[in-house]
Amino acid sequence: MAPHDLRRPFKRAAISDQQKRRELSLLRQAQNRRDAQQQARCLASSILSLQSPVPESEPEQSDIELETAPEIEKEPGTLLKDLDVPGASKLRGPEVRKWFARQLMLPEWMIDVPDRLSQDWYVFARPAGKRCFVVSSNGTTVSRQRNGSILHHFPSALPAGAKTRDSSGSGQSYCILDCIFHELDQTYYVIDMVCWNGYSLYDCTSEFRFFWLNSKIEESGACNPPSYYHKFRFSTVPVYTCDQNGLYAAYTGVVPYVKDGLLFYNKHAHYQTGSTPLVLVWKDENCSQYVIDTDSKGEIPSQQQVVLELQDNGKLVTSDDPPMLFGCLDGDIIQKSGLHSGNLLRFAVSDGGLSFVDGKLEKADLNYLGKANRGRAFADSYSKVVFQYTVRHSPLKIDDLLASINSLDDQEEKPCDVEMVG
Amino acid sequence: MAMEITQFLLAAQSADAKVRTEAEGNLRQFQEQNLPVFLLSLSVELANNEKPVESRRLAGIVLKNSLDAKDAIRKEQLVQQWMAIDISVKSQIKDLLLRTLGSSVPEARHTSAQVVAKIASIEIPRKQWPELIGSLLNNMTQQDRPAALKQATLETLGYVCEEISHQDLVQEEVNAVLTAVVQGMNLAEHSPEVRLAATRALYNALEFAQTNFENEMERNYIMKVVCDTAMSKEVEIRQAAFECLVAIASAYYEVLEPYMQTLFELTSNAVKGDEETVALQAIEFWSSICDEEIELQEFETPESGDSGPPHSRFIEKALSSLVPLLLETLLKQEEDQDQDDTVWNISMAGGTCLGLVARTVGDAIVPLVMPFVESNILKPDWRCREAATYAFGSILEGPTIEKLSPLVQAGLDFLLTAMKDGNNHVKDTTAWTLSRIFELLHSPASGFSVISPENLKRVVGVLLESIKDAPNVAEKVCGAIYYLVQGYEDAGPSVSVLSPYLTEIISCLIATADRTDGSDSKLRSSAYETLNEVVRCSNIAETSPIIAQLLPVIMSKLGQTVDIQIVSSDDREKQGDLQASLCGVLQVIIQKLSSTDETKTIILQAADQIMILFLRVFGCRSSTVHEEAMLAIGALAYATGPQFEKYMPEFYKYLEMGLQNFEEYQVCAITVGVVGDICRALDDKVLPYCDGIMGLLLKDLASSELHRSVKPPIFSCFGDIGLAIGEHFEKYVPFALPMMQGAAEICAQLETADEEMMDYGNQLRRSIFEAYSGILQGFKSVKPDVMMPYAQHLLKFIELVSRDRQRDESVTKAAVAVMGDLADALGSNTNTKLLFKDCAFYSEFLGECLQSDDEQLKETAGWTQGMIGRVMVL
Repeated sequence: MAPHDLRRPFKRAAISDQQKRRELSLLRQAQNRRDAQQQARCLASSILSLQSPVPESEPEQSDIELETAPEIEKEPGTLLKDLDVPGASKLRGPEVRKWFARQLMLPEWMIDVPDRLSQDWYVFARPAGKRCFVVSSNGTTVSRQRNGSILHHFPSALPAGAKTRDSSGSGQSYCILDCIFHELDQTYYVIDMVCWNGYSLYDCTSEFRFFWLNSKIEESGACNPPSYYHKFRFSTVPVYTCDQNGLYAAYTGVVPYVKDGLLFYNKHAHYQTGSTPLVLVWKDENCSQYVIDTDSKGEIPSQQQVVLELQDNGKLVTSDDPPMLFGCLDGDIIQKSGLHSGNLLRFAVSDGGLSFVDGKLEKADLNYLGKANRGRAFADSYSKVVFQYTVRHSPLKIDDLLASINSLDDQEEKPCDVEMVG
Repeated sequence: MAMEITQFLLAAQSADAKVRTEAEGNLRQFQEQNLPVFLLSLSVELANNEKPVESRRLAGIVLKNSLDAKDAIRKEQLVQQWMAIDISVKSQIKDLLLRTLGSSVPEARHTSAQVVAKIASIEIPRKQWPELIGSLLNNMTQQDRPAALKQATLETLGYVCEEISHQDLVQEEVNAVLTAVVQGMNLAEHSPEVRLAATRALYNALEFAQTNFENEMERNYIMKVVCDTAMSKEVEIRQAAFECLVAIASAYYEVLEPYMQTLFELTSNAVKGDEETVALQAIEFWSSICDEEIELQEFETPESGDSGPPHSRFIEKALSSLVPLLLETLLKQEEDQDQDDTVWNISMAGGTCLGLVARTVGDAIVPLVMPFVESNILKPDWRCREAATYAFGSILEGPTIEKLSPLVQAGLDFLLTAMKDGNNHVKDTTAWTLSRIFELLHSPASGFSVISPENLKRVVGVLLESIKDAPNVAEKVCGAIYYLVQGYEDAGPSVSVLSPYLTEIISCLIATADRTDGSDSKLRSSAYETLNEVVRCSNIAETSPIIAQLLPVIMSKLGQTVDIQIVSSDDREKQGDLQASLCGVLQVIIQKLSSTDETKTIILQAADQIMILFLRVFGCRSSTVHEEAMLAIGALAYATGPQFEKYMPEFYKYLEMGLQNFEEYQVCAITVGVVGDICRALDDKVLPYCDGIMGLLLKDLASSELHRSVKPPIFSCFGDIGLAIGEHFEKYVPFALPMMQGAAEICAQLETADEEMMDYGNQLRRSIFEAYSGILQGFKSVKPDVMMPYAQHLLKFIELVSRDRQRDESVTKAAVAVMGDLADALGSNTNTKLLFKDCAFYSEFLGECLQSDDEQLKETAGWTQGMIGRVMVL
């Protein structure tokens, strides 16, 4: 029998956290590994979880909402309209990011003021943070960022968002919310609602979606402080009709979150995946810390940088549909640098700048810098390039916006011809 | 046939390094050329009374080391070597050894006893030395044998009993051995030397005596003899007897009841009046009883009536006498005991035991201790004040918060004031008590704390004042700050109350770390560790500017360490320690600042400078890499992502060095983890380094030298590499996959009864699955066919694991996930379909997982089901 070691006097225990540091490192690494592997799986997983069989019988309590959204059974398919399951499951890396980015409605940048701002548009201050899809289903809630990676996996008070004893039993319901996760107060700010309790809001106007969002979120208890079955607080954002008062309120009003620009939503627009001119983003120094693009070091480069996609014929285009042509790359350079069609390339806007004729891009003085960051899924959009250009040269100011509302107010008679995208 | 080796054995102990090395070389050569002759020569040397004591001693040690080693693999080799030796040589050696037990030279007898036990440990379980026990017992029963022989024989019996199990002998032999030992303790018959040897032999034989302890009559007899021996007039024998009692308390707790009255009296008298060496053992007896009861309580099931071992509640029953006894010991402090870390005396043992008693009985101890605290805390004698504080601090763990909190609330202010006591010991113990209070009674996260936003200011003020006190006090104050801030970890917004003090706390800790008046580096490393906790627990949103300012301060300190002039190995060690502390702080800062997007840019901007520093730290050593710097680099790679690529050309050689460090396996394990970080940061840009990395990882796996705990992380790392480089993993498949298959087969054979082995088995299984997952995902849709030949084996392995009821939840998750990855990666084709069609187990396994309460597991199982379903509907 081994001799009894002298007891280590407990009054003298030295503080040593080396083991703790090792363990924390290991935990972090294990978590990162799980995330990386999970990301390779998550895409297919999300498809499958949304394609789980539709309810065989009607839900027991017949809600009024049933009538308002009669096409529930098809809705998951709407979300996934351009991808079949086997196809989606083959996606890796950049494709995953592209696919997820395609599911979100992405604003264009405001490069000129739309007509009928005060009649047809909403405005609100965008919270600073991570844009993500929050999906609740089967008693759990998952938030996924634009690149497809899981941000949080948690119980929530959203319908089907947690395994609680008193959950209403309908295992088939689910929600999809378009949110921004705000780090500082650990809150999900819901900026749009895509599906609620199994009912799709895809084909509803933003007017209806915002109304629905404000009433349902509050009801569900998701805005309550965090608790055991509800790990993160959700919150709505104050949405204003974009008249002078509304715009002023959104711009200057006190909100519990850090602002990152203003978002403008056309009242009649449906939730459309991908980039749309019916949602616009605008920023200035007062309402955003991130007006001018920064490089990977967080610094503002002396020259504006743009990312364009290289096409077969050497053409350099934006991510818009249809793409906008910005220039051509010499065949020699393409050969020498080993570039392929589809590559995303980074350019600096040189002294010649961008020239416009009749509001259309005529010429761009670009200087090739290299391949874009691997994390990028898309080229820049036309509106982004132009917005960034004007910010550096002659920015669109809040006063311009306010003034345009004034002048637009005088033109009530202008016909309503908002183009709907189906 | 034995050789004359005296001169070499003496030369091998020469002060002249050259002579020594040469002699060692010669001895090794003999050993390699003819092991049997070499061992025989050593035993001849040991047995020869004409030879110098020095050469005999070394002969014995070399002999012993030729039979036993700490490392299990090496030991097995030595056993095989011994068994291969010719039987006649072995019996000559054994005869020589047994003869040496009667030598007139005590050292030769002692060494010989050890060697005999080592041979016995090999041969007795194999029934190859049946005459040993008889011949040893013969030494004891023959009246005319000299005392020296009996003493050495008892020593040998003790060692032999320690090496073998009682099941290796027939019960009569076991009984005879114990009878010989216990009779050796008999006062009337034997000299003190023999009785001491017999008592120590009994200590070594206690586990061996298991069957005898189960028999009440034999047990009574043994206990009576031990208790009698505990009252011998020789202090060494008393101490040895009390050591037996301590060991009996641990090993035979469940049968102690009838002896407790006697044992209480014995130990109580020893604590009160015996020599300190004996009194310490007497206190240790009660500490051991506490250990047993605490363990019983921890495993106690709430519904009683199950068949666990009985809880005899000895501490509870003895409480009213035991506590005053221990409290008295607290007053027997030594001057300067807080200055020297190696001091262990009766007051420390008493306080430690009191703390264990508090954990054993909980609330019941409080009314017994508080009167002592109250009557002594204000006395002019510092011993009284220190003892009162120590007693109070000792009982803070165990009793309920309800019981303690009014006392602590009332006493906190007093303790804060006592940080200005005139006596160093009192302040030392007071600061320690404060740290215990913060550790145990300050948990805003769970809604309870003795610290309110109102008294926090005073608490911080006192601590930051006292941290300037003597080094021993300052170190305890660091502990108090450590637990104070730790309380706010995970406490949500309430950590903000600390933010206003943060700048001052940080600068005081840095000033403390810079102090030069401590006798060793303990104060400095405590200050830095506390600083780490402060950074870790702070509210990033409020404190990021402060932490951002701390970064260049620590970086500049680390830069200075590189330029320290190194003259001695002592200097080198000091430099290494300081670098360890500073790299630790940097690691924590990097991790903290890279946790939010807003603050990550601070790290990205400093990344080049930080990396240059780490490389310079690595450059301070030639053959090893600095563990803490490696840990910090992992955090940096995670923060920088793809940018890390530019550091690889410089950093790579240190990565190699870390992966080759078999001896400091922690370093190797950490480096393996960093490879994973780098794979995730660089993705396929890690490719140019993969040949080297994979080569080393495969070598690590094949090594029998490398600690086994590093092997599972290496498999996980294969997965990281596979996922990062995709189809380029193909060239490693022929090497890596057989290793994975081999490891999977080892899993099946692991000892499941051993808890530690079971843990290891779970880790290994999980890591093999992670390896497959990463590799499969990497090949998915590019070259899935590469993995087809390995699919069957993987499925068999998953099946085996799925049938293991004891598998860990994390293993289950990994197994389900990899099954989905397999179906997903191989894709929908006839071969994949056939593969899954042939194994029926998966649907049952998936069914089980889909029933689980774990959401993540359910989701993964659902996904896997979908993936397999997709293959099957083809």
